[in-house]
Amino acid sequence: MSADGSVSTNSAVKPNGVGHPLWLLAEITYKCPLHCVFCYNPIDYATYGKELSTDEWLKVLKDARAIGAAQLGFSGGEPLMRDDLEIMVAEAHKMGYYINLITSGVGLSEKRIAALKEAGLDHIQLSFQDSTKEMNDFLSSTKTFELKNRVAKLIKQYDYPMVFNCVIHRLNVDHVGKILEMAETMGAEYVELANTQYYAWAHYNREHLLPSREQLVRAEAVTDEFRKKVGDKMRIFFVAPDFYETRPKKCMNGWGNLFIVITADGVVLPCHEARMLPGITFPNVRDGGDVKSIWYDSDAFNKYRGDGWMKEPCRTCPEKEKDLGGCRCQAFMLSGDATNADPVCDKSPHHQIVLDAVAKAQGPEKKVLAIKPLTFREDKNSRLITETEGSAAYRE
Amino acid sequence: MSDKPALTLEQTPKIPKLFRLQWEEAQQAHVLLYPEGMVKLNGPAGEILKRVDGQKNIADIAKDLEQTFNEPDLKKDVLAFLEIAHERGWVRFN
Repeated sequence: MSADGSVSTNSAVKPNGVGHPLWLLAEITYKCPLHCVFCYNPIDYATYGKELSTDEWLKVLKDARAIGAAQLGFSGGEPLMRDDLEIMVAEAHKMGYYINLITSGVGLSEKRIAALKEAGLDHIQLSFQDSTKEMNDFLSSTKTFELKNRVAKLIKQYDYPMVFNCVIHRLNVDHVGKILEMAETMGAEYVELANTQYYAWAHYNREHLLPSREQLVRAEAVTDEFRKKVGDKMRIFFVAPDFYETRPKKCMNGWGNLFIVITADGVVLPCHEARMLPGITFPNVRDGGDVKSIWYDSDAFNKYRGDGWMKEPCRTCPEKEKDLGGCRCQAFMLSGDATNADPVCDKSPHHQIVLDAVAKAQGPEKKVLAIKPLTFREDKNSRLITETEGSAAYRE
Repeated sequence: MSDKPALTLEQTPKIPKLFRLQWEEAQQAHVLLYPEGMVKLNGPAGEILKRVDGQKNIADIAKDLEQTFNEPDLKKDVLAFLEIAHERGWVRFN
């Protein structure tokens, strides 16, 4: 008998080679009390149709569980904006999901956290914007810092493991040491220092947000030091921005490979951002198709599966299996064509776009870089940008 | 690889509360679920972790497996896997 744990999550494949949608992200609402400048929600979210009802969600959860979804994330917007969250958590728990709540903490009263615990919620990821009250409140355009501190205490009080998430960018990357100290004080078990990925609102505001190389090097050094200090009790993930790489990320571990997103209005996507891609109609669970047929059979989910869609330089690249050509959305945003190589790759003929963005981000941290003002994610801006710029808002 | 001391048969593993072990029908495998992640376990790994309850020590777990699978001596295999599991944080020892 040989015993080993396989960390591969995609070895359980159907005969046609398509794996299970192991990770289901339910973006149950786009309502949000925060207005973060780096939000990955679509820019045009305020123009979307009606949210799925409780019953519609319960059916979706059941269908996805039947084809192997095991991790469930309730996200948004702010998922606590829905007052039926407790019902959905309770039902999802009965179905056998491991349930993650991805929240800003706004709306998480003691009454609600007690009810969510009772319903079977497994874990809460609390997001912060910075270690200082001023920056936190400014970046999210709210006054929420003290509230988040209270919520962090509640999370520990209700005996939850806590993932502390802080989106990192030019305006807060120099505070990484303080952010880590705060996470430690709050008793976080996992800390994600996730550099902003430049999609949607973050892309729109990129000139304000992309850190300099010097800032990144400093922040990683501080993080390494902190890791040594705290040892096992806190696991710290530092995710560098891919603009500083020469090879792209294997986005979502591949299109339609293990990740599935269902949006507030019922659209089924292979990632958070794919809705921006032109020429693809993503199915809506309201139009009769169940999650299973959408995952396995829809044109949208099969469009970029595997490597049959690739053009040069990806098609003959010896590393194509490693990153699957990177991110389709980034390829579209930066080069105008989703079938191009992700321009992060230095083999891409469009790599110069990334180099130019990086070059612009060098220099003193306080240098004023941007021409456009910093734009907050809010309904008014969503409608205005959609009306005046349309899909061009997603493009370079 | 690890700077942790080698395990002994008298030690009692337990699964930290961050993790949940469960059988997944679709994957026909045991998995360990944890915040935003999942580890798919192969057959033997699943059988070992299934027996980790915070009560049985490593020797007890090996004995249980030997009886269940009618194998002469599994102590070395169980120790080897639990070393890996410990390294990855899937089990803890008090």
